[in-house]
Amino acid sequence: MPTERERRFVGPRRGQLIFALAFVVISALLLAQIGSQTDWIAKTAFFAQPRFWPAVGLGGMVLLGGLHLYRLPWRRNSRYDWWEARKWFVVLEFALWFMAYVLLVPVVGYLPATLAFVPALSWRMGYRSRLILVSSIVFAVVVVVMFKGFLSVKIPGGAVYEYLPGGLRRFFILYL
Amino acid sequence: MDLLLSSIDILSRWDVVLALLVGSVGGVLIGAIPGVGPAVAIAILLPATFSMDPIVGLTVLLGIYGSSMYGGAIPAILINTPGTAVNALTTYDGFPMTTRGEPRRALSLAYSSSFFGGVFSVICLILFAPILARVAPMFGSREIFLAALLGIVLVVVAHRGQSLIAGALAAFGIFLQSIGMEPVKYTQRYTFDQPFLQGGINLIVVVLGLFALSQAFVLLTSVDEKVRLTRLRGGLFQGMRELLRHPRVATVSASFGVLMGMIPGVGEFTAQFMSYTYAQRSSKRPQDFGRGSSEGLIAAETSNNAVPAAAMVPLLALGIPGEALTAMMLSVFYVHNVVPGPGLFQNDMDFVVALYLALLILNVLVLVFLLFATGTLIKVVKIPNRFLGVCVLTLSFVGVYSLRNSISDCVMAAAFGVLGYILKRLSMPVVPIILGMVLGGIMEVKLRAGMARVKGPLDLIDRPVAFILFCIIIVVIAAHLRRVWLERRDLKETEWQNKRRSTSFATRLSRRRNSLLKERGKMVRARRSNRFPQSTDLY
Repeated sequence: MPTERERRFVGPRRGQLIFALAFVVISALLLAQIGSQTDWIAKTAFFAQPRFWPAVGLGGMVLLGGLHLYRLPWRRNSRYDWWEARKWFVVLEFALWFMAYVLLVPVVGYLPATLAFVPALSWRMGYRSRLILVSSIVFAVVVVVMFKGFLSVKIPGGAVYEYLPGGLRRFFILYL
Repeated sequence: MDLLLSSIDILSRWDVVLALLVGSVGGVLIGAIPGVGPAVAIAILLPATFSMDPIVGLTVLLGIYGSSMYGGAIPAILINTPGTAVNALTTYDGFPMTTRGEPRRALSLAYSSSFFGGVFSVICLILFAPILARVAPMFGSREIFLAALLGIVLVVVAHRGQSLIAGALAAFGIFLQSIGMEPVKYTQRYTFDQPFLQGGINLIVVVLGLFALSQAFVLLTSVDEKVRLTRLRGGLFQGMRELLRHPRVATVSASFGVLMGMIPGVGEFTAQFMSYTYAQRSSKRPQDFGRGSSEGLIAAETSNNAVPAAAMVPLLALGIPGEALTAMMLSVFYVHNVVPGPGLFQNDMDFVVALYLALLILNVLVLVFLLFATGTLIKVVKIPNRFLGVCVLTLSFVGVYSLRNSISDCVMAAAFGVLGYILKRLSMPVVPIILGMVLGGIMEVKLRAGMARVKGPLDLIDRPVAFILFCIIIVVIAAHLRRVWLERRDLKETEWQNKRRSTSFATRLSRRRNSLLKERGKMVRARRSNRFPQSTDLY
C-alpha cells in the first residue's frame, strides 16, 4: 500500500528516481566544468561576467534538482523503474528513423524521400490496409507541395536532381 | 477613430484575410485532433512564417492559438478525450451531457461560451490598450528584468507539487540559452570546442524537439483506440440562448480569463480552476457540477478562450512571453526586427490594435465555420494515433530542417524530442524549459543594461514600478513557501494519524533476538540449522 507521501506525489512512480539522479549528476558534472568552459574577465562587473548566467542556470539545476531528489518518497529503484528506462530507449528507434529521413533528403530529394519515409514508417507501425498506405502517400505529396511548392520553405533539392534534364531539374529543385 | 481605421487598413489585405481563414480553420482542425494541439502546430509552422510579413505570420499563429480551443471541445464533449490540454475541464460536464443524449446542446453551449470569452477579452483589451500605452513606457531595463524574473517565479510556483523540478527545468532553460558565443565579451560558454555549439542552441530547435518530436514519439508508442461517435441531433444555435441565461457566470469567467492571461506564467488552467470553483459555489444546483451542468461548461470554455488575447499583453507591452505559445511567437517578432515592448505601443499602436481586431474577426469566422461544419469535422478524431505520429514526425522535419538546413540542428531536435518524451512519461512540465530559455535571455541583456546605470544592487529597485515588481516577487515567493510549509504540516499530521504502532516490528525482532540468546533458543536454532539451514542463514 502506498504511503501518504507516495500518494501525494504528482506523477507516476516509475522512472522518477533514475531521472532525478541522472539530472543531478549531469548538472553537477557540467557545473564542475564551469572554470574551463567559461571565462572570468578582469575589470568587469560581477553581473556582466560571461560566467554569471551559466552559473545561475547550473547552480539552479544542481540545487533544485538535488532538493527534488532529496524530497522523492523513494530511495531505491524497483524493477518498474528499469522497465520505464527501457521504454525511454525504445523511442531511440523513432529518433533514428527521423535521422535517416534527414540524411536521405539532401541525397534523393524532398519528394522522393518523403514518399519513401511516410509509407515505410506506416508499414513499420503495423498498418497494412490499403486505405492507410494510400493515405500516407497522399499525405507525403500534400506536405511537399504545401511546404516547398506553396510556402517555399528552405529545403534544398536532392543530389540526384542534378541528373535530370534542364527544365525538369529546375522545377524539381524549386518545387519538389 | 483614426487608430481604428489604420488598423483596419493593415488587415484589409488579401494575404492577411487568407492567413485569418487558414489560421482559424487550421486551428479548429488541429484542436479537434487529440494528441496534436496548438503548440505542436505552431512549432512546426514557425519557420514557414519567417518568410511572411509579421502581421501575416502572426495572424496565422494567433489564429491557430485562438481557435484550437474551440476544436478541442469537440472530442472532449463527444469522446471524453480533450483535444487540447486546456479542454480537460470541458470533459467534466460536456461528456455527461453526451451520455444523456444531448451532444448538440453541449457543443453549442461550448461554442457560444468560447465565442463570448474570446470576444469579451478582445473588447476588454482594445479598451485597455490606451492605459497600457501609458504604463508600458514606465518599464525600463530594470523593470523588464524584474518582470521577466517574476514570470519565471510564477511559472515555477504555478506547478503545484512539482515546483522543485519545475524550477530545476527553468534553470536548465537558462543554462541552454547561455551556451555559445557570448555577445558582449565574445567568449565561448560551454561549447566544448564544438563548432555547432558556437552559434548557441536555437530556441525553435528546442521547441520543436520538446513539443513536436516528443509528441510524435508519444503517439508512435501509443495504441490505436477505437472511437465511437455519437450521432448529433438538434440545432447548434440553442447554446447562445442558454448562455444568455447565465450572464453572471459567463462574465466572471471571462474576466478571470483576461486577468490570468495577462499574468505571465499563470494562463488557462488557473483561470479555469477559479472560474469553475466560482460557478460551482455561486450556483443554485452545485450538485450538478461534473454531471453535465451547463454552468460548469460555460465557466470552463469561457475562461480558457479569454486567455489568448490577454496572453498577448505582456508579450506586446513588455516583450515578455507568459507561456510557451507566446514565447514561440516572440521569435517571429525577432526575425522581422520588430521589437515588442514599450516602443511598440508608442510607435505602432495600429499594429497592436490590428492584431486584436484579427482575433475578434477570427472568433466570428470560427463560430460560423463550426456551426456549419461540425458534422464533418468530428470525423478527424477517428485518425489512428500511430498514423498521426507518423504525420507529426514528417512535419517536424520541415520545421527543423528548413531553419538552417543543418543536420546538427536535427540531431539536437531529436535529442530534445527524447527528453520531452521522458518528461511527458514522468508527468513533468516542459514549459519551464522554454520560458527559462526565453526569459533567461531577456534577463541577461536587461540586467547587464540595468546594472550599468546603477551603483549598487539595491539601486535596481529605486524606481516605483521596479519596487512594486520586487515586492510582488517577494510576496509570491513568501506565499509559496507558506503553502509548502502548510502542506508539509498537513502531511505530517496525516502520517501521524494513519500511523500504526511503529514499535511492533522492532519489538518482534527484539524478542526474537532475546529468545535466540537464551539457552533454549540456542538449542532450537542449532536443531533447525541442521534440518532447515535456509531458515537460520538469515540471522
